[in-house]
Amino acid sequence: MSQVVFWTGNEVTAEAGIAAGCRFFGGYPITPSSEIAAVMAKRLPMENGIFIQMEDEIAAMGACIGAAMAGAKSMTATSGPGFSLKQEHIGFACMVEAPCVIVNVQRGGPSTGLPTHPAQSDLMQARWGTHGDHAIIALAPAYLRELYLEIIRAFNLSEKFRLPVIVLIDEILGHMSECFEVPEPHEYTIFNRVKTDKSPEEYNPYEVSDGELVPPMANYFEGYRFHATGLNHDKTGFPTTDQVLCQTDEVRKHEKIAQNRAEIDSWEEIMLDDAEVLVIAFGSTARGAQTAVEEVRKDGIRAGLFRPITVWPFPEERVRELAQGKKAVIVAEMNLGQMILEVERVAHSDVKIVGCQKIGGIPIEPYEIVAKIREVG
Amino acid sequence: MAFDYTPYLRMSKMPHLWCPGCGIGIVVKSMIRAIDRMGWDKNDIAVVSGIGCTSRAPGYLDMNTLHTTHGRSISFATGIKLVRPEKHVIVIAGDGDMTAIGGNHFIHACRRNIDITCIIVNNNIYGMTGGQYSPTTPRGAKAATAPWGNMDASFNLTDLAIGAGATYVARGQVGNGTQMERFIRDGLSHHGFSVIETLANCHTQYGRRNKLPDPMQLIKDIQEHSVSKSKAEKMNPEEMEGKLIIGELYKNTQRPEFCDEYEKLCQRVQELTKKVEAPV
Repeated sequence: MSQVVFWTGNEVTAEAGIAAGCRFFGGYPITPSSEIAAVMAKRLPMENGIFIQMEDEIAAMGACIGAAMAGAKSMTATSGPGFSLKQEHIGFACMVEAPCVIVNVQRGGPSTGLPTHPAQSDLMQARWGTHGDHAIIALAPAYLRELYLEIIRAFNLSEKFRLPVIVLIDEILGHMSECFEVPEPHEYTIFNRVKTDKSPEEYNPYEVSDGELVPPMANYFEGYRFHATGLNHDKTGFPTTDQVLCQTDEVRKHEKIAQNRAEIDSWEEIMLDDAEVLVIAFGSTARGAQTAVEEVRKDGIRAGLFRPITVWPFPEERVRELAQGKKAVIVAEMNLGQMILEVERVAHSDVKIVGCQKIGGIPIEPYEIVAKIREVG
Repeated sequence: MAFDYTPYLRMSKMPHLWCPGCGIGIVVKSMIRAIDRMGWDKNDIAVVSGIGCTSRAPGYLDMNTLHTTHGRSISFATGIKLVRPEKHVIVIAGDGDMTAIGGNHFIHACRRNIDITCIIVNNNIYGMTGGQYSPTTPRGAKAATAPWGNMDASFNLTDLAIGAGATYVARGQVGNGTQMERFIRDGLSHHGFSVIETLANCHTQYGRRNKLPDPMQLIKDIQEHSVSKSKAEKMNPEEMEGKLIIGELYKNTQRPEFCDEYEKLCQRVQELTKKVEAPV
């Protein structure tokens, strides 16, 4: 019989991490993510896992990457300014292709902002927060059972594609409780990094065979004695300034996402078959957006909801298809216009796109989205 | 027979990028000899560094090596050590890297007393970026960003390490490689966070700006500003002004080591939370 729980999103995050095989958590206290670290501090010693509270968010991220290089599945969680601080090492994880998971329980900003209130204003930072060209995956679940499964998926994707995966939730999801049946192990798969089958003499840490994009890994202390650096490097892992090699390697890291979209993409479509008005919303905002769509349907307004679960890479093609021929597209988000930029980028220019944006720590309520739909519908 | 360093080096990566006469080479060679004396398998050693001239050392060492971000090598090393506490983790860093941008990570690693050996090459300057003043540039010395003389006070790194809780602390200097090797070896043998500061010459960036452009001149200057522990005990504060003590400065084998304590915690928690089997 499956376990029925009434957990907060932060508890779900920690328990799902453990279910995914996370055995290293590097934490640093910050509201509203702190309970994730607290649960991990309690639970990981029971599982022979490691919990450490580091001296700051940067160090917590560094410790996670070190742990990943030594063979552990690792995770950190943060919010607001902590997510800014982690960016340096998120870039390092991208560069050395270290699998790890970063959970950002979003709060209002900028700066110290609104520590105890929700926001969705780190969407662009999740994509572009660290300097330099880099590819990234970010997931934004809207329900707590889904959060459980998306945390597991985040670990799987990070292990499979050797990159940091960001899970974007917010203060609402982190602190709300929901009753649900904990997914049983047979309801999900666990993916562990592909290890190299080469001998130490033949092994190059960033070498891929023809048609492959993700180099098989060796962990430290397994006899491979390889080098990893934050400098641009060639397949041997040693620094290079050769333009062709640098570009080829960075393009490969983008391609490992671009060529695996079928596996990485995830979204939900609600009442879109006959929709004339397309509402796009993610995370906690999508919950209210669904209520809004259902509400206006009662009055005969044909609205539907598109809810990206994988927010990075952005589901360009599907949004382009769905936006085509619509009376209007409404993008509802708890920021001053971030996802709408992506929608504007991919939708055809003749489609009317309007934002339903709200910041200041109070979520967008269904009636606000209803009003927008009525305006355009 | 002369010591053969090549089994520990990635000879294909030579020549190295350090300037002729650079002090880092003496430190790296001392470190290799110390590792050799320990009899450790190269596969069991991880060397982690940050950014700067010293931090390029891991690239030349035939071990598990990680060249990380500026100042933050210890955080990565902490993750590695916790996952594989039975392995040997060494951090090597310059003075700017470890004690300016990395200062917070450094003091907290000292406090945790995690079994990592931290070798700091202190050449009083940011070398790679072009000779800017660091937290150990002496007051009055010139640097690219202190063209009129450095007005900042400098850190005493061993005092900092001892104050923060490191349990093995020593200071050597490049004029005496044999002694430095002994300090590093003692640091490697020590079960806890060990700090070995090595006073080194950067004649290119520091020396040229301070009328000591020749490596030997600068090494001699370092020696003139160094005093042995026994000599220092007989000197008054005025005589000690501008001088640094060479020697093993602190050793404490009583303080608990972090990985050991974590292991004990896990055992205690698992004992406490063990499910009691219902009687059949």
